[in-house]
Amino acid sequence: MHDGGRPVLEVQGLKTVFRVRGGEIHAVNDVSFDLKPGELLGVVGESGSGKSVTMMSLLGLLPSPPAEVRDGKVLLDGQDLLKTDEDTLRDIRGGKVGFIFQDPMTSLNPVFTVGYQIMEPLRKHMGMDKKAAKARAVELLELVGIPGAAQRLSDYPHQFSGGMRQRVMIAIALACDPKVLIADEPTTALDVTIQAQIIELMKELRQKLGMAVIWITHDLGVIAGIADRVMVMYGGQVVEHAPVRELFGNPQHPYTKALLKTVPSVRGERVRRLTIIEGQPPILGAPPSACPFRDRCGSAVDECARRNPSRTAIGKGHDVACVLVEQKEAAHA
Amino acid sequence: MLDAAPSKKPLVEVRDLKMHFPIYAGLLRRRVGEVKAVDGVSFDIMEGETLGLVGESGCGKSTCGRAVLRLYDLTSGSIRLEGKEIGPTPQAALRDMRPRMQMVFQDPQASLNPRMTVQAIIQEPLDEHTTLSTKEKQQKVYELMDAVGLNRRFAGRYPHAFSGGQRQRIGIARALALNPKFIVCDEPIAALDVSIQAQVVNLLEDLQEQFGLTYLFISHDLSMVRHIATRVAVMYLGKIVELAPREALYSAPLHPYTEALLSAVPEPDPSLEAKVERIILQGDVPSPANPPKGCNFCTRCPKVMDICREVEPETREVRPGHFAACHLHEITSQTAGKTAAQKEANERQHGE
Repeated sequence: MHDGGRPVLEVQGLKTVFRVRGGEIHAVNDVSFDLKPGELLGVVGESGSGKSVTMMSLLGLLPSPPAEVRDGKVLLDGQDLLKTDEDTLRDIRGGKVGFIFQDPMTSLNPVFTVGYQIMEPLRKHMGMDKKAAKARAVELLELVGIPGAAQRLSDYPHQFSGGMRQRVMIAIALACDPKVLIADEPTTALDVTIQAQIIELMKELRQKLGMAVIWITHDLGVIAGIADRVMVMYGGQVVEHAPVRELFGNPQHPYTKALLKTVPSVRGERVRRLTIIEGQPPILGAPPSACPFRDRCGSAVDECARRNPSRTAIGKGHDVACVLVEQKEAAHA
Repeated sequence: MLDAAPSKKPLVEVRDLKMHFPIYAGLLRRRVGEVKAVDGVSFDIMEGETLGLVGESGCGKSTCGRAVLRLYDLTSGSIRLEGKEIGPTPQAALRDMRPRMQMVFQDPQASLNPRMTVQAIIQEPLDEHTTLSTKEKQQKVYELMDAVGLNRRFAGRYPHAFSGGQRQRIGIARALALNPKFIVCDEPIAALDVSIQAQVVNLLEDLQEQFGLTYLFISHDLSMVRHIATRVAVMYLGKIVELAPREALYSAPLHPYTEALLSAVPEPDPSLEAKVERIILQGDVPSPANPPKGCNFCTRCPKVMDICREVEPETREVRPGHFAACHLHEITSQTAGKTAAQKEANERQHGE
């Protein structure tokens, strides 16, 4: 689906910190990744792993204070978003970069009609007049499969069901033909049959429109079905990154391995007892000086407490941040 | 729906349970209709088993769980717990039965009082229902904390000091305080992270074995239910559409809704995922205030027939222990009956 062309989005060494009473929380630590045109990058992690904060940092969506993007580069088509002014950022949000959030009820404004909310970005970013915007809004609602699109423009969000609302959110995100679409847990609040509808719709839309997508989720099953590449986050950093089949077929980081085992399946063999990961995810009060997963890791060694491993490439497009993998690679070479 | 495993005796027997909520509207707040949240469900839960109850949001699974514990006054129907009828019993008279049946709630944040310490939360059922001394209660609380894997030293802390998974353990300890036989777990893992879900599920399984508990496990997570349940009931719009032993349900579902529901679950393995034949249901669940005529699922069913829009299908035992409410499975037996009858008629004609 994607070629080896120039990435549309490049993130390098991103660091985001929250200032809280009595200190700082280091939510994102040195996260780097790129996104090629037309590809779908899956981002997996538990709550608090920093996956949403990373994406919100890209476009300056976090309230500052308490949040502070301390370091890094975010290059969208070569332009560094962390250095641009608020006005340009505003043009980019909803323009070149579209956003879909988890909860379709709270991300739509209940006092405006759905039509108004779809037409808003069209008029603001594309400078369309009311008539053109309306025609495009109908087109968009049809694109995302809402029946009776023209009539439904004048309806309010509460008149739509959860799945339909998420379709409206997708229509808004797609309104200005974004190059990059960031979807933050877009199906988590939906029922499984509705989730299947939305995933199917996203697959179709990607084929039709060819935008690049970042899909954040905690559901490994969703990722397995749609992603080209997957990035696993833990404790504010990327612990493993690989093409989707490689990640599921040959996981290397102990966290990825454990995560894949904790999820039961509805198909195939049924396990007698679930594998668990003991303990809780960490809260990082200081920049990590050791591996964030070491306390919960079954195969931790002394060195894990001494330094925080950096990402080591171990195959084509596959890199892992783990002391053990580093040692294994070194022994190999 | 009668017993699936005749060797075991049912602990809970639910027959034709209905829970309708009135809708009031207009200036005079007149009753204009009712939401049929649970509309005639029947099932048994055997002693020591886990019955999984699955369905999408709004299908009535939580209402059903609460109704079984008589947290509501029923519209109609009968519930027997250990052979004792508790369906129409007034709430005051139910108090004696309460220690036998407990509940674990979905949201451990909302179901724990933020102003009470863990000690006080777990002890509250003991205060209400037992005459133990303060010291005995203290000891019992410690034992319960040990059983659910909480550190005794934290007994004096407040719920906000705990993570989601630990809070759920507090909720479970409270449910266990009075040595219940039967626990309704209403989406106990839905609010937890993936790696914590497995911890809580394993804990529930251990406790079941240790204390001989019987669970009604309500969840929308079909893969977790497959893991924990002995038998599984699938609900759609206030009715149970299919009920079967776990493996039968997951490997050979009979109802088109169960088929679609199972096919919609994403597969955490890309090589398997590519092979999954997905049935994408169109549209949304109809409103339980105004269910469709005939079969509740007829508006979205990919295999809908004319009869489905007219006649409500009856629940029948299609295979031993495997119940389904669908005309597809009635027709196979009916047409078989019909052809036999026709054959007989033909033979009679020939004879004349």
